[in-house]
Amino acid sequence: MARKVSTTRKAVMTALAWGIAIVIFFPILWTILTSFKTEADAIASPPRFLDFDWTLQSYAEVQSRSNYFSHFLNSVIIALGSTAVGLLVAIPAAWSMAFQPARRTRDVLMWMLSTKMMPAVGVLIPIYILFQRFGLLDSRVGVLVVLMLINLPIIVWMLYTYFREIPAEILEAARMDGARLWDEIRHVLAPMAVPGIASTALLNVILAWNEAFWTLNLTTANAAPLTTFIAGYSSPEGLFYAKLSAASTMAIAPILILGWFSQKQLVRGLTFGAVK
Amino acid sequence: MATQHQRSLARLMVAPSVILLFAWMIVPLAMTLWFSFQRYNLLDPTQTGFAGFINYTYFLGDPGFWTALWNTLLLVGGVLAVTVAGGIALALLIDQPIWGQGVVRILVIAPFLVMPTVSALVWKNMLMNPTNGLFAYAAQSLGFQPIDFLAEIPLLSIIIIVAWQWLPFATLILLTSLQSLDSEQMEAAEMDGASAWSRFRFLILPHLNRAITVVILIETIFLLNVFAEILVTTNGGPGYESTNLTYLVYSLALLQFDVGGASAGGIVAVILANIVALFLMRGIGKALD
Amino acid sequence: MGSITLQGVRKVFGDVEVIPGADLQIENGEFVVFVGPSGCGKSTLLRLIAGLEDVTSGRVLIDGRDVTQAPPARRGLAMVFQSYALYPHMTVRKNISFPLRMAGMDAAEQARRVDHAAGILNLTPYLDRRPGQLSGGQRQRVAIGRAIVREPSAFLFDEPLSNLDAALRVNMRVEISELHNKLKTTMVYVTHDQVEAMTMADKIVVLRAGRVEQVGSPLDLYRSPANRFVAGFIGSPNMNFIEGEAAARMGAHAIGVRPEHWNLSTTDGAFAGRVGVAEHLGSDTFLHVDLDGGTHVIARAAGEIPVDHGDRIWLTPQDGRIYRFGADGLAA
Repeated sequence: MARKVSTTRKAVMTALAWGIAIVIFFPILWTILTSFKTEADAIASPPRFLDFDWTLQSYAEVQSRSNYFSHFLNSVIIALGSTAVGLLVAIPAAWSMAFQPARRTRDVLMWMLSTKMMPAVGVLIPIYILFQRFGLLDSRVGVLVVLMLINLPIIVWMLYTYFREIPAEILEAARMDGARLWDEIRHVLAPMAVPGIASTALLNVILAWNEAFWTLNLTTANAAPLTTFIAGYSSPEGLFYAKLSAASTMAIAPILILGWFSQKQLVRGLTFGAVK
Repeated sequence: MATQHQRSLARLMVAPSVILLFAWMIVPLAMTLWFSFQRYNLLDPTQTGFAGFINYTYFLGDPGFWTALWNTLLLVGGVLAVTVAGGIALALLIDQPIWGQGVVRILVIAPFLVMPTVSALVWKNMLMNPTNGLFAYAAQSLGFQPIDFLAEIPLLSIIIIVAWQWLPFATLILLTSLQSLDSEQMEAAEMDGASAWSRFRFLILPHLNRAITVVILIETIFLLNVFAEILVTTNGGPGYESTNLTYLVYSLALLQFDVGGASAGGIVAVILANIVALFLMRGIGKALD
Repeated sequence: MGSITLQGVRKVFGDVEVIPGADLQIENGEFVVFVGPSGCGKSTLLRLIAGLEDVTSGRVLIDGRDVTQAPPARRGLAMVFQSYALYPHMTVRKNISFPLRMAGMDAAEQARRVDHAAGILNLTPYLDRRPGQLSGGQRQRVAIGRAIVREPSAFLFDEPLSNLDAALRVNMRVEISELHNKLKTTMVYVTHDQVEAMTMADKIVVLRAGRVEQVGSPLDLYRSPANRFVAGFIGSPNMNFIEGEAAARMGAHAIGVRPEHWNLSTTDGAFAGRVGVAEHLGSDTFLHVDLDGGTHVIARAAGEIPVDHGDRIWLTPQDGRIYRFGADGLAA
């Protein structure tokens, strides 16, 4: 039942919350605005908030100077690819751990979680050297596999928490109804698991898209996703704020939209199901 | 509880995940361990052979190591303090009855969805830059001398940037947890005459306990590995002032090509992370049950 | 046909022996209820019959055929689960026809059987809804419909009414009994509620800690319980037990008197006591009485009895309605 709250109190709280939210969001807002400015307007003093000549010039320049979309495509391939492969490996594991838990299932899950604790630098050098030796440096396949591996524990965990919510009695009912393993998976399990799998995929795409240790270290040009491409702006020449903003806006827009739609799944996935 | 046939099938299905993760952990880790006892520099092929503990003594004896260790702790601790405290406050605020709660949530969560290289560069150039940044403009219009954030207070600047990225995460999780608090419990407390502060202290905070543990655990995992933000803003400088362990090992390996030394550093980082993990896992093991 | 035979069936989970060895004969067409307190192994026994658990040792026969190793689907049984276990993403029609679809039956026959079952269960208006849009009682009927269409040799029910509210439970109880009268198919029904057991069963199997305590018709168990456990479990409110000197006088370790078998008097009788709580229901009166010896008993009398809290009362067991139990708990 809704509690009655005085309008004054509600107005004060609203103003406060909106104020803080806008401060937090401001750097992103500023980036988006700047992306529509000319380079001169971008560094104008005093700063121009809305009263500038809106232009798409920076977007065009980012693309023509650096073939932006090939990097965008790399990000897409790496994020979607690592997610797809990860799901392929993780779904059977999560399925069996959720429905046929053994005495050691809990330990296996905790062990998987603990692999996330290993600092990346502990394995950076051998991976780098192995990649060099096998020609995987700056290759999409290489990064894709590494990102799949670093996110695998999260995928398994998240799927596990979703699968565990499917009551075991339903699977038993299917078995009583004469469903063989394949029928059980196709007609009963898959339709019930789809929402969980979709949420897991979404979270993993977000994580893979934004991953910035392995992508920075293992790619340079051909396979470079947006994280690496944008990092190139750290040592720029000439005026570049508007172009940096344009490149940044395009890099973050897809994920901002995905993320806004999946706040709940984000919480659940990132907390290994401990907070729902 | 099931039949024998199903049990063996279950083992088979877990195997790929376990084998892949095991290989991903153990093979490179073993190689790092091996390299750490070798003379191995990519720029100097004449250096070969067993090195004993030289790499370790060299790494641990380097003043850069102690600075980096201290910086790592400051970075993790600083960001945790800001995001947990700020996250609780912000979650409590958003949980109040307000207009446009959904939009506020969306605005607050946004920084978490921005890739680290973008947030670091936006802060570095458009906000913190001493000539063209907004902070400099703000300082000047108030009559202050603008500060060169990344040169004068590099580590604090990085803590600010990283905290901005992770505050949404803490807020979102604490808010989710807050919304699962039984409203009848709060009303019962109100009937019992508990003040707002006592309700927070004795009901809300204990309820958030588990979520706070989770936030600390997850953030620690990621904060120990902060890398991109340092790479694109300060390159660890000036000197070692903003170098953390991750960045130090990276610079040894891929800037100075000292594989042996960097491997020793990597092993030290693993050991330190494990010590931290030991404490955290104990807390989280309870929280996940 | 649907006779079920258990021969020395044992079930061990890890180190725990849940069913130490059960022998049981269920005749074709019988309505058999497994009853006992929670954790007594009644659900496990049902799942062993269903084939959802492996039997550790012993044999399960259905119509004389050994099905101990057969998977659930090959046993010709249908089961109704406690949570109903409906498929949430399928319509009621799809839910009910699922077992037929799995059996590869042609669509026309499937539709005919679903419509027939829906008719019996009053589900026809809901066939295109999903389980989420149904009430508890309707879901229960869908689960039963899914079981009926297969025309199984026996139905297994695992506490099917425990998720329903009290009024609905009484209705469904009657519906299931009517269904049994109509279909005349063997039904094995698990419950912890002795009222369900008494009202529905042809034969009750009372279980405790995995052991069969007694098998018999409801009135057999009511009239001649084999031991103190069965005596206390069957009948509502529970049988009163009196130990000590009064029991010794009758040559027993304990005597039992059902609440409805006391003669009440405000002047004299075998046991004197004081009324604690008096529950006046109109049709019956329940008196909670503290006997002078310290024992607490319940007495039930038909109609309205004008006594209240604090009144003195005397209770006398009716002739031939006293149960005597030895120190080992067995009926003497």
